[in-house]
Amino acid sequence: MSAATFRIWRGERGDGRFEDYPTTVSEGMVVLDAVHRIQSEQANDLACRWNCKAGKCGSCSAEINGKPRLMCMTRLNELDLAKPVTIEPMRAFPHVRDLVTDVSWNFRVKQKIQPFTPCAPQAADGTWRMQQRDVDRVQEFRKCIECFLCQDVCHVLRDHNRHDSFVGPRFLVHVAALEMHPLDTADRMAELREADGIGYCNITKCCTTVCPEGIAITDNAIIPLKERVVDRFYDPLKALVRLMRRETRDERRETS
Amino acid sequence: MADVETFEHDVLVIGAGGAGLRAAIEAAAGGVRVGVVCKSLLGKAHTVMAEGGVAAALGNVDDRDNWRVHFADTMRGGQYLNNWRMAEIHAKEAPARVNELEAWGAVFDRTPDGRILQRNFGGHRYPRLAHVGDRTGLEMIRTLQDHAVHLGIDVHMEVTVIALLTDGNRVCGAVAYDREHGRFRLFHARAVILATGGVGRAFSVTSNSWEYTADGQMLAYNAGAALQDMEFVQFHPTGMVWPLSVRGLLVTEAVRGEGGVLRNSEGRRFMFDDIPENYRSQTADTPEEGWRYVQGDKNARRPPELLTRDHVARCIMREVRAGRGSPHGGVYLDIAWIREKLPNAAEHIRKKLPSMYHQFKQLADIDITSEPMEIGPTTHYMMGGIRVDGDTQMTTLPGLFAAGECAAGLHGANRLGGNSLSDLLVFGKRAGEHAAQFAQRHDAGRVDAGEVDRVARAALAPFDRVAGGEGPYDIQRDLQVMMQDLVGIVRREDEMRGALDGLAALARRVSAVGVAGNREYNPGWHTAMDLPNLMAVSEAITRAALERRESRGGHFRDDYPDKDPAFAGCNIVLTKGTDGAMQLVRQPIPPLPAELQQAIEEQKA
Ligand SMILES: Cc1cc2nc3c(=O)[nH]c(=O)nc-3n(C[C@H](O)[C@H](O)[C@H](O)COP(=O)(O)OP(=O)(O)OC[C@H]3O[C@@H](n4cnc5c(N)ncnc54)[C@H](O)[C@@H]3O)c2cc1C
Ligand code: SF4
Ligand code: SF4
Ligand code: FES
Repeated sequence: MSAATFRIWRGERGDGRFEDYPTTVSEGMVVLDAVHRIQSEQANDLACRWNCKAGKCGSCSAEINGKPRLMCMTRLNELDLAKPVTIEPMRAFPHVRDLVTDVSWNFRVKQKIQPFTPCAPQAADGTWRMQQRDVDRVQEFRKCIECFLCQDVCHVLRDHNRHDSFVGPRFLVHVAALEMHPLDTADRMAELREADGIGYCNITKCCTTVCPEGIAITDNAIIPLKERVVDRFYDPLKALVRLMRRETRDERRETS
Repeated sequence: MADVETFEHDVLVIGAGGAGLRAAIEAAAGGVRVGVVCKSLLGKAHTVMAEGGVAAALGNVDDRDNWRVHFADTMRGGQYLNNWRMAEIHAKEAPARVNELEAWGAVFDRTPDGRILQRNFGGHRYPRLAHVGDRTGLEMIRTLQDHAVHLGIDVHMEVTVIALLTDGNRVCGAVAYDREHGRFRLFHARAVILATGGVGRAFSVTSNSWEYTADGQMLAYNAGAALQDMEFVQFHPTGMVWPLSVRGLLVTEAVRGEGGVLRNSEGRRFMFDDIPENYRSQTADTPEEGWRYVQGDKNARRPPELLTRDHVARCIMREVRAGRGSPHGGVYLDIAWIREKLPNAAEHIRKKLPSMYHQFKQLADIDITSEPMEIGPTTHYMMGGIRVDGDTQMTTLPGLFAAGECAAGLHGANRLGGNSLSDLLVFGKRAGEHAAQFAQRHDAGRVDAGEVDRVARAALAPFDRVAGGEGPYDIQRDLQVMMQDLVGIVRREDEMRGALDGLAALARRVSAVGVAGNREYNPGWHTAMDLPNLMAVSEAITRAALERRESRGGHFRDDYPDKDPAFAGCNIVLTKGTDGAMQLVRQPIPPLPAELQQAIEEQKA
């Protein structure tokens, strides 16, 4: 057992301040444990979100010593306990109370993205065939736990408040997972360029740095999507070839 | 009450895990107005944590598999206390439900010929669990969530239901509060589906989150529906034991499915020391045969580490009690040893068990590709719950349905790994379908405004006691520790009687609990409101466990260590008496039809 101080943001709807909570800590503790200890011993009404305590649900996102992280996966032994540890809510979203923010915008954004649209089943029993190597990339994107830490750190949202015209890295990953899904037939190129605002991303890679799932958001999702958009809208020859390919593919599907 | 906002739905689904979402999707397909409420944000329910996989006899890896084998495995695992009709439907329909997920965008791991890959799991005769590494639950919940949000379903996130409303002998709605503002909501509905998950928070060592406070079970019970099998709590054999702060966190059975072995402090594979008679013919004789099995050799039998969870958990307890445990009171689970067998073992482990690798690396400084893990049993799953009709999932209260972990029947005395995720899909769908039909055939019932008022006032009572009242967290912790000690893995009459006395003492503290602060996003208040359900479920578990004077499946009695034929054919059913006291009856299980009996006999050969 040793002592540490946690400097936690308290207050409602943006009207808040830091408060210091000294408490004891023991081997193996994570930041969420400290928050729970403080909640049960000193501040019963301290608001925070959590569910799995194992980095699987993406509920406990916060800014710890200024860095967007999961509270349940941040070990105290990685932090300098000689100084107070600051814990703040994610700053890119409207504040609700203490460590809780209003992330409902993210759920509305997803609803607007064209859903998965499969091709006809390929096997007689009504199922599909996919090779593991063809789904590895999509599986990487589908590891996303919707913690929204990447949204929190992206300057387009955080500093420029482009929530109305940019879906943010999380949903570019989502679109990439759909676009690269071997069975999907929908075309999201126009929506990527317009509604999703992919052009706002200037590849700073901040999102990739904070992703707790280690998804290569920029390199594997955003850049390939940008290339597709460029191909489609700015390279007429490639666009034509693609159009013809698509038509022959559709014909094949109809006849199969 | 002035601040109660009213919402109208034909079907109200309480819970947005796999069962709730699947039910909502099906109800929406039935053409009715559907509302879903959940305590957390969408996609954060317990289902997201499931790791190992979803069981379905697809036969992709071993074509000897089919519904009859899956049925027989489920019944044997459940020690034949299962609702056999549910076990039959589950085994028959699970493959279609899993394939359907693929049509909605799920991407399971693949076989070499491009089909859905399946892995071995305890109690399943053939490789049967469709999976995505060890994050199958995430894949499932995200697929259902992304599909559901395009169907015009109303979702109420961070809203907690605290009472069901009845009109005569049927359900007609629910009262809830929202976390953000602490305001009350009245949901008026023609049919209600409970899909609220489990009860793990009644115990101190658990793999379950704060959400698992037995809400659905107790909402149903208080509204007059029956519960059954409450004595059957599953203690998963492998939870983390160190560091203390992660004690209870699940270590997926897939570690053993991929070849992980259990050893005591003397380095002995103690699971070979005690193999139950009814599994002997299916269990490997030697470590070598066990390894061949996990490598897919169809002529080999499974290693004893893959026996059912209740048995493995008890063997671990035995080793610890005999002083052959690890330094922090567990035993060793070793997957790193497969280095001896596979050239690229470390990479293989990281690929097959990525989140386990991550979890131990980040939370315990252990690299599972080179060192063993320390593990011990953790409270994991509730086999018991709300009594339902096997075909429709309707409870004993008309208009009220239940599916998923909060419902009982499919798993009997012990659940096989992977049979929960498939349960959610199969019976979530059925509950949605039948609730929609019920809503179409019935008018909305009448809501008693006085009752809504009483519920709201009772919920606010802890604020009035802030000055003198005890905080809710200490009471919750004392309850959890007591239940773990006295009604945990190994049970005894005198200890359980002690638990009932303890509950009575705790009840006095609960009625005096006080909370500080205001109604906006106040976890202290929420915890206080959870207490009555935790208390009631603890009583239900204890009373049912006292009544079953034998050991079977997840229920082990030190004072009655054997199975007793007198209890073989009955479920213990609980209802709330007119005087408010808990009533228990032994309900005989109807005889198995000949065809199903035959499916079981075939597998005994
Ligand atoms: C760590 C872990 C790993 C697991 N791995 C596997 C596995 O590999 N395979 C397998 O088959 N099973 C596994 N299980 C079991 C399985 O995940 C659960 O049994 C299953 O997900 C339960 O699903 P559900 O839909 O019934 O409930 P949940 O997914 O728990 O959802 C419950 C929902 O109800 C809501 N709710 C609860 N109370 C209220 C209320 N009062 N008002 C409003 N909403 C409420 C919650 O907010 C939540 O949305 C695992 C469980 C755990 C804990
Ligand atoms: S790379 Fe693009 S999406 Fe990611 S943080 Fe930078 S600007 Fe935002
Ligand atoms: S992409 Fe990574 S950082 Fe962004 S929401 Fe998903 S898991 Fe979180
Ligand atoms: S609590 Fe689930 S990610 Fe932290």
